[in-house]
Amino acid sequence: MVQPLKLILENVSVARGTRTIIADLSLTVAAGEAVLLTGPNGAGKTTLIRALAGLLAPSAGRISVDGGGEEDLAQQCHYVGHLNGLKASLTVAENLQFWADYLPGHPSAGSVGRVHNALARLNIDALADIPTAYLSAGQKRRAGLARVLMAQRPLWLLDEPTGSLDAASADIVCQLVDAHTANGGMAVIATHLPLAIKAPRTLQLGAKIAAEAA
Amino acid sequence: MSAFFTLLKRDLRLALRDGGALGTALGFYLIVVSLLPLGLGPDLNLLSRIAPGILWIALLLAALLSLSRMFETDYEDGSLEAIAAGPLPLELMAGAKALAHALTTGVPLVVITPVLALMLNLDLKAYPVLIASMGLGIPAISFLGSIGAALTLKTRRGGLLLALLVLPLYVPTLIFGISAVNAALSGPQGASSSFLILSAVSLVSLVVGPLAAAAALRIQMQ
Repeated sequence: MVQPLKLILENVSVARGTRTIIADLSLTVAAGEAVLLTGPNGAGKTTLIRALAGLLAPSAGRISVDGGGEEDLAQQCHYVGHLNGLKASLTVAENLQFWADYLPGHPSAGSVGRVHNALARLNIDALADIPTAYLSAGQKRRAGLARVLMAQRPLWLLDEPTGSLDAASADIVCQLVDAHTANGGMAVIATHLPLAIKAPRTLQLGAKIAAEAA
Repeated sequence: MSAFFTLLKRDLRLALRDGGALGTALGFYLIVVSLLPLGLGPDLNLLSRIAPGILWIALLLAALLSLSRMFETDYEDGSLEAIAAGPLPLELMAGAKALAHALTTGVPLVVITPVLALMLNLDLKAYPVLIASMGLGIPAISFLGSIGAALTLKTRRGGLLLALLVLPLYVPTLIFGISAVNAALSGPQGASSSFLILSAVSLVSLVVGPLAAAAALRIQMQ
């Protein structure tokens, strides 16, 4: 069980260079909530996710996690961006084993057990000993997403998690998110595909951009 | 601390499995040093006089070749951000990567140096001092190099810029590395002061390199 947490954004603006992408956004994500970020291309979904992951400093406002430990934002979240963070010459299991050993672990399960468990849950256990260079885009995506299961962190930040996945795999990812939120975790997911997640909140970004374009 | 060794182990394994960076560095070193006698002619006295300088310069340039990949490969596939979100401070992460570079590029280059020194007719007395001076200089090469690698992380084709940034930082190492060898050739006690300064440069770079590289990475990953 993850301790009850809250992700709080207070009047957050994020700029890339001189362009303000996100302006004056306030949002609270409570424990057990999943938020879907939607919006047209260029609306700032990725920018917001990267700001939440602590990779971009907001130009105004504050992003904080309430009730968390002393770790900063970056260490309380799993960020899986467009890139999967896999090493082509390592096998799927070796890639995951590194993350299991590197990220501060789950107290109950050993790191080897966590890798097997994650491979099974994402239905890629048959690929465990294949170098990731030989995987298809969807298989790589699943192996990349398996990283979030390597260490328990309250906030999942997923950027287009199902972009290259088939329907069955997308369902698996949705089930993982459901299990995470049922366990008191939080998820912020940028997507332009409908996701079969239980009771998501949807945040539409870039309505203004869409209106200007119309 | 276990995270540090986990990261180091991963980088060593990747370097062994990919092998390209090490092969390039060793091949470059071998070719540059073996071309020299062809260019200068078979004057053994001349070759043995310039051998320490040639070997040192060729070693620096060979190590420079693989420097740009220190953070770049992880940045390109997205692992750098996930590693940065891990338990390790960015400084230690940069340190682990620089250490991996030293072990996978610097050490093999030093190991094949005696073979190449034969081609240049280096005085036998100079071998131990040359190898020792290179061994002491390797940390400076990798750790100072990590600053340049971090600064040019997002620069496409940043190799030349990297060389411009990093080679000036190598000047003290080069000067005292060669002066150690020359001093050893001229007298029994001559090399020790050069060794001390060489060690000092390496120790300073062990501290300054990761700090500066981490600061650069923070800016680059924005």
